[in-house]
Amino acid sequence: MLESYIKKRLAKKDILLMTHIVIGYPSLEDSLAMVKAMVEEGVDLMELQIPFSEPIADGPVILHANQESLARGTSVKKCLDFAEEVTSSFDIPFLFMTYYNILFKYGVDRFAEQMRTKNIKGAIVPDLPPEEGKDYIDAMKQNDLAPIYIFSPTTPKERMDYLASFGRGFIYCVARKGVTGLDTSFSDQLGTYLAQCREATSLPLALGFGVKDKDDVDFLKGKADIAVIGTQTIRLMEKDGIGAVRDFIANLNEGL
Amino acid sequence: MIDRGYYNGFGGAYLPEILVATFDELVEVYQQAKNDPNFWKEYTDLMSTYSCRPTPLTFAGNLTDHFKGARIYIKREDLNHTGAHKANNVMGQGLLVKRMKKTRVIAETGAGQHGVATATMAAKFGFECTIYMGEVDVERQRPNVFWMERLGAKVVPVTEGSRILKDAINEAFRDWVSNMDTTHYVLGTACGPHPFPEMVSWFQSIIGKEARKQILEREGKLPSRVYACVGGGSNAMGIFSGFLDDPVELVGVEAGGKGLASGQHASRLCSSDGSIGVAQGYKTYFLQNDDGQMKETHSIAAGLDYVGVSPILSNFKETGKARFEAATDKEVVEAMSLTMHKEGVIPALESAHGFVTAFKEAPEMKKDEIIIINQSGRGDKDIFTIADAFNDPEWRDFIIKKAEEYNA
Ligand SMILES: Cc1ncc(COP(=O)(O)O)c(C=O)c1O
Repeated sequence: MLESYIKKRLAKKDILLMTHIVIGYPSLEDSLAMVKAMVEEGVDLMELQIPFSEPIADGPVILHANQESLARGTSVKKCLDFAEEVTSSFDIPFLFMTYYNILFKYGVDRFAEQMRTKNIKGAIVPDLPPEEGKDYIDAMKQNDLAPIYIFSPTTPKERMDYLASFGRGFIYCVARKGVTGLDTSFSDQLGTYLAQCREATSLPLALGFGVKDKDDVDFLKGKADIAVIGTQTIRLMEKDGIGAVRDFIANLNEGL
Repeated sequence: MIDRGYYNGFGGAYLPEILVATFDELVEVYQQAKNDPNFWKEYTDLMSTYSCRPTPLTFAGNLTDHFKGARIYIKREDLNHTGAHKANNVMGQGLLVKRMKKTRVIAETGAGQHGVATATMAAKFGFECTIYMGEVDVERQRPNVFWMERLGAKVVPVTEGSRILKDAINEAFRDWVSNMDTTHYVLGTACGPHPFPEMVSWFQSIIGKEARKQILEREGKLPSRVYACVGGGSNAMGIFSGFLDDPVELVGVEAGGKGLASGQHASRLCSSDGSIGVAQGYKTYFLQNDDGQMKETHSIAAGLDYVGVSPILSNFKETGKARFEAATDKEVVEAMSLTMHKEGVIPALESAHGFVTAFKEAPEMKKDEIIIINQSGRGDKDIFTIADAFNDPEWRDFIIKKAEEYNA
């Protein structure tokens, strides 16, 4: 259903926007205000990151947001309640993004059930390759949820096929090596990589890591189906507040 | 990747996709080396010419007399180049880096021992070298930072998280996901994603191989028990490896910090505070809360101050293959003091944890029984920490005077 939502939406827009927040950073109220601003300015889907103490795939900005959120008392329970609140208030698909230990400690089956009852559509778990994720894949299937798998520029063709065979909803293509929040060069090379990703799967492609302005999003039109904006909105919020995030999203969404 | 390094459900390789290809390459090079008899020879040659292998097995006669129980032997990993068993792992991985034709190495370090060892290896083999070290550890281990920098390494203080060993590991992974084409991550202990637990244990198994041979030569029989401190678990795996098929009891000693009841410790296996989880790429016992968030740990010994532990040792705990105990900071200082007075050897604070439990148990054992304690490193490099632990007033005056000189 996530996939069909994306495809329907793509009939009206050249490229969709997916944004990201860390739940509870800087506070649960601010997180809610961020979601509201993003949805109202036309974001098509959102990642809600449940903070984890050891987020190895994240760069300094998101790492810091994880730590601050935890220091302010964000628990998994509060994140689940938050998810329920946003899915009942806003009419776009929401995904969880987190690390495997959060699911593992909660109980993978129980966690997937919670996702379904809270109306979360899928999850991105960057440290859980399919080889380690049989329980997760089964639980997601059972609850009709989309496990989002990740392609990277170091992923060989056969492995892309392998990953795509487990993926639902869309594939998250990481734009480059490194962690979140560093610069990405939007170049021919990225275009070639996305073409390879496209060949490996019929699922929609999201492109993330380093998308930071309108030019980047324009570059991705026709090459990817979803542009993912992660670190940039956290930086903006930290610097200029949620109003600035609203303006930024409005600008990105113009003419899509 | 076919073999994912599971030990009864512990271990695995919980990797971000970007690193999968890098690990595939590492597994392959490691397997080739393991199957190549020339490699082990190259490795032992290197360790006997660049480090002090085989390290001696010292009979601790005075301690034996003192406790009036089992005959106490000490395996002298402190006599390695750079003063700890860390050299065994680092030089082994250095040889693999050469085979992979990479030009840069990175490492995490807690006590600084692994960082210094990696820096020497990088200097010898001509690699660029960056060491990640928690800011807290940079503060408490300044002499090791000094040596790493003199040896040509760049030391990056890690200011996120609890700013100790686990945070340094996270930062090293963050570097690696950007630079894996040129860079190998020399993980310092038998933790992390496969193949690290197995590979590091393999390099460290040189300790146990030697110890077994040495005790049979000296005593004509096997020890009843072998003791080692357990941080990530590499020195313990190293010495245990020599006795896995023997009727020898393996005893791992974790950091009891201010006491298990205080919650301020790093005892993942022997306390009831540890539970199974997945972080830093592998599944093992972690000190974590009910949500799966890692807790702060505490130990007087920076090298034991870590939330996770080797998945191989978690398996040993489950199967009863090894027994795990804790030693408190206070007991550690006492055992260290006694060892220095009686034998004139200076165990590292980490190693002294093994001595604590051995000293508790030796008196109850028969006089013809033998125990071996692994002295994983030497304590004189920890002079600042140890002087503080002993609360040495003259040392303090000396430092104050020294500071005045600098201020003058
Ligand atoms: C001397 C010494 N012993 C023990 C350790 C603990 O590590 P492991 O458990 O991997 O042997 C360290 C770590 O820095 C160390 O420096």
